[in-house]
Amino acid sequence: MATSTTPPRLDRRASSTPPRAPRRVGFSQTLGRWDVKVSPYLYISPFFILFALTGLFPLGYTAFVSMHQWHLIGGQGPFVGFENYAYILQEPNFWKSIRNTFSIFFLSTIPQLMVAIVLAAMLDANLRAKTFWRMGVLLPYVVAPVAVSLIFGRLFSDQFGIINTLLGYVGIDPIGWHSQPFPSHVAIASMVNFRWTGYNTLILLAAMQAIPRDLYEAAVIDGASRVRQFFSITIPMLRPTIIFVVITSTIGGLQIFDEPRLFDQLGQGGPSRQWMTTTMYIYEVGWGNQKSFGRAAAVAWILFLIIIVVGMINFSLTRRISTDNSSKSRKKVKR
Amino acid sequence: MSAPSVPVIAQTAGKGAARAAARKRSTAQGSDRRPGWVTYTLLGIAIVASILPLYYAFLLASSTSQYIAQNPIPSLIPQGHFFENVSRVLNSDIKFWQAVGNSVIVAVITSASVVLFSTLAGFSFSKLRFRGRSGLLVFVIATTAVPTQLGIVPLFIVMSKLGWTGKLIAVIVPGLVTAFGVFWMTQYLESALPYELIEAARVDGASMIRTFWHVALPAARPAAVMLGLFTFVGSWTSFFWPFIVLGSSNPTLPVAVQLLQATYFKDMALIMAGVTVSIIPLIILFFVAGRQLVAGIMQGAVKG
Repeated sequence: MATSTTPPRLDRRASSTPPRAPRRVGFSQTLGRWDVKVSPYLYISPFFILFALTGLFPLGYTAFVSMHQWHLIGGQGPFVGFENYAYILQEPNFWKSIRNTFSIFFLSTIPQLMVAIVLAAMLDANLRAKTFWRMGVLLPYVVAPVAVSLIFGRLFSDQFGIINTLLGYVGIDPIGWHSQPFPSHVAIASMVNFRWTGYNTLILLAAMQAIPRDLYEAAVIDGASRVRQFFSITIPMLRPTIIFVVITSTIGGLQIFDEPRLFDQLGQGGPSRQWMTTTMYIYEVGWGNQKSFGRAAAVAWILFLIIIVVGMINFSLTRRISTDNSSKSRKKVKR
Repeated sequence: MSAPSVPVIAQTAGKGAARAAARKRSTAQGSDRRPGWVTYTLLGIAIVASILPLYYAFLLASSTSQYIAQNPIPSLIPQGHFFENVSRVLNSDIKFWQAVGNSVIVAVITSASVVLFSTLAGFSFSKLRFRGRSGLLVFVIATTAVPTQLGIVPLFIVMSKLGWTGKLIAVIVPGLVTAFGVFWMTQYLESALPYELIEAARVDGASMIRTFWHVALPAARPAAVMLGLFTFVGSWTSFFWPFIVLGSSNPTLPVAVQLLQATYFKDMALIMAGVTVSIIPLIILFFVAGRQLVAGIMQGAVKG
């Protein structure tokens, strides 16, 4: 407690505790009531004000901008209704960006989740030097996506990359990581996986450790194998966490920008835009040749709606899949 | 623990159970047994996979461009040109020193601010009673899932109206608060700060802000450190918004690294030297505070 209050209190106690002056009580009570009433709002207000100004307002205002002609330098133009949307929706590059984004998203989310669950199950064992292993898998998380992208861009280099060289040793022809759409998506997804697998592993590990151990004992008594235990207890019990991880990677993964942007030095998503994601497309439309903020805002708003829809689909899908499993296992465990 | 009890139950629970218990004994099942070499090998592979790309960057950063062109697979022993390449980065057209300074400024300010405002709001949400509390808290939780990055177009418009484009303040202000931080501190203080402590402080005549400063803030310290670390990492590694609003004249570190790539794309040794320099500060932070990061992720997972 503060040094400033201590001396007067000591003084009071020393002089045989005279009661506080009544007038001060009255005033401080009013002040105190005001303090109690207003403080809670005062303390949450910095967050709400700043978040409203820098987060929610821009997001909502995106819809407004998307209904106008709006130039990067020229500023606001006339209201055009859904013209920007109509323009965007007939642009082949927009659809290409949607395809690329989803392709990279699937290639990163699904393998990553599976690897993370397996790694978490291994970390959940009674290992020696637990902290070492946990920190080891988390290391890539502190590496900036920009750095990851430059390193992996080199690893996946078409001509001098390690990966194509190694493939050459086993007699596989060089893969056009930078020239073909699907291989480039694999390369970019591998950057995302590199950075986030360990992070999600630790989230799943924490959830695994929260599973009551007697469930496993009951399963052992019923004669369930290790694999059966994993699929009938571990996976269903991880349901909320898997939903959490999937939703988080949906929100992040569909906005991916850094990794594809630095996959080559031009940053346009390849000569035929084969790995240009939708966020990169927003940048290209708004800050590239067109300099059209109206259209960029339209793309941003479409992507926003897509993220909400995909998030909801993921939520119901993950819930349904794991509910089926968990209802089975619940019956089994209760038996 | 409860493991020894299993055979006892097993003897009274019929054929299948006995078989299972026997298998349990013979194949070393159960979480208290040490896992076999397979587990360690697979985990070892995972760790090598997370270190190797970083070491590869360092290897390229300590080579010459000529060596890189001749050897697709570099020797595992560094070539010894690292400091030479780093000094070339620092003397290049890219304002690398400035970028380091900018990244430090942005990361420190946003971390401190996120921690302070999140703890303040978390204290209020978890321990104070007021009208609309639960509704506002639900709102905060919902907004943790909002992709605010998609508001860049209006955000950029606002920043250029304010004349902030190209200035650090344009990166700092949107990072001053996060919904996640508020949620995180609320969760933590809910359980870590007993009402008795607050009441004691109030009875002693402490004002609300005093109670916050001398009771809530010290109690929140472990979670505040973690939140600060995550915010620091997030700020240090963020690229999209700084890239758009700052441009090449006043870059943060990731923007400077991108500029290196765009400008000197033929000089791989130079680029990788820049990459390595940009990674090193967070690697050091990771060795100092990695335990907190691990604990933070695992705690956040259980509660969130």
